[in-house]
Amino acid sequence: MSVTQSDFRGAIMDGGKDRPEGLSDAKGHPAGRRFDVYRNNVAVSLTDALATGFPTIAKLIGTENFNAIAGVFLRQSPPSSPMMMHYGEGFPEFLEGFEPLAHLGYLADVARLELAMRRAYHAADAEPINPDALSALPPERLTELVMTFAPAVSLLRSPWPIHAIWAFNMQDGPKPQGISQDVIILRPGFDPEPHALNAGAYEFITALMAGGTLGAAAAVATDDAPNFDLSATLGLLLTGNALNSIDLPS
Amino acid sequence: MFDSQSTPSKLPNRPGVGYKPQHYADLIEDPGTVSWLEIHAENYMGDGGRPIAQLRQLSERFPISVHGVGLSIGGEGALDADHLARLKHLVDWLNPTVFSEHLAWSTHDGAFLNDLLPLPYTDATLQRVCDHINQLQDTINRQMMLENPSSYLAFDESTWSEPDFLREVASRTGCGLLLDVNNVFVSATNLNYDPRAYINEYPLECVGEIHLGGHDEDEDDHGKPLLIDSHGAPIVDPVWALLDHTLSLSGEKPILIEWDTDVPDWATLHDEALRADAALAKIATGVAA
Ligand SMILES: [Fe+2]
Repeated sequence: MSVTQSDFRGAIMDGGKDRPEGLSDAKGHPAGRRFDVYRNNVAVSLTDALATGFPTIAKLIGTENFNAIAGVFLRQSPPSSPMMMHYGEGFPEFLEGFEPLAHLGYLADVARLELAMRRAYHAADAEPINPDALSALPPERLTELVMTFAPAVSLLRSPWPIHAIWAFNMQDGPKPQGISQDVIILRPGFDPEPHALNAGAYEFITALMAGGTLGAAAAVATDDAPNFDLSATLGLLLTGNALNSIDLPS
Repeated sequence: MFDSQSTPSKLPNRPGVGYKPQHYADLIEDPGTVSWLEIHAENYMGDGGRPIAQLRQLSERFPISVHGVGLSIGGEGALDADHLARLKHLVDWLNPTVFSEHLAWSTHDGAFLNDLLPLPYTDATLQRVCDHINQLQDTINRQMMLENPSSYLAFDESTWSEPDFLREVASRTGCGLLLDVNNVFVSATNLNYDPRAYINEYPLECVGEIHLGGHDEDEDDHGKPLLIDSHGAPIVDPVWALLDHTLSLSGEKPILIEWDTDVPDWATLHDEALRADAALAKIATGVAA
């Protein structure tokens, strides 16, 4: 009687399935709950990994609910590689489609924010530009400037106040107001930071990330938000070490 | 071909600990008796950030043992080529003192289950494990050490004892062995055999590193003790005694304290390392265990 790894895996992931035959306690009894050690190890370790990766979601819905939901997710989407630092890439989409949580529409986007923070934590290092490099440029040519961003930087756009929800739960921030929020993830040192963006800044940074010039990006932003604050947005990018090169194409 | 007899031990015959980021400052300030560190390979496969930076700094001060927990050497399927490449990348830039992995599987059909799952000891699994170890050793261009598992159950189809299986793997592939003494104690209790007899049969000449860790206690369906490897508790006295027995036969070895869950403060972890130190000192001065 040979136990295949397919049988073994099937019985680990489905507690309703019979335990594979051919496993014993070495005294002639079937393995019984000895097999359940593996069922438990797998479920607990994957649940823990998700709870570590999505602490705000766990706080929002409570540990018990989180563990129950993680149990559904891990069975339908076990890790696809041993890179546990990436586990849960599909969790936001899963939350989006999970009927019992449909009344908490913001959960998926909050999970996206946590995922972006985790990616930023492990992202490649990049030497930030010296802020003085900007002021050294001829002012009349600033509109032609193009820039590249550190690998840790990313943008999120949500119809929900995802930054405020994160800050309220993780940083004792004020109670979230019912607004939409754009967020940038920065990593000035080794610790990722989410920052809420002012009007127009998302369009501005998106245009820069696509390789657009400072002038063109500012125009897109002002088009979208007449009160777009260019110097505050540039200041945020500089203090957040978001830029790793600036260039004046000749 | 790698020669398991010629290079079993490159780590110092001293205590080491499994590195946890919360101990970084303590380690840099005063590592005490801790002379080397072990890291889990998969935690250092990101592109950058704090984990890589810390590891770079630690590797300038301590010999590093890289311990893989995700290759699935005992898997029925082929090894994950992407993961092999990641291991090679890590070993290439870090140049650790040793590399080890487990006699276990964790990936099947594209799903990684994040646990060390057991395999039967048959001629067929022996061949598969050897093929995978050869492939790994060729990829990273160095010898690896293979660790014995904690067992909770036995496979009816097994035809090899675990020590014989490991000896045969070492002799066919030239790999070294990592002897986890707590795993021996856990398996012997769970499967009703004498842990000292296991050690007596074990190819100690191939051992380049010893693991010690804590376990949890449970019961099976018949009220018999069922020990569970947790790396989340102090090492129990019978495991320290089994270490003494092992060292009395093997001589001094590098000894790692593994404490991965409910990680204690540095002082508590260091106390375990001091106890390993005392066990090594007994051997060095010839006091019988
Ligand atoms: Fe171990």
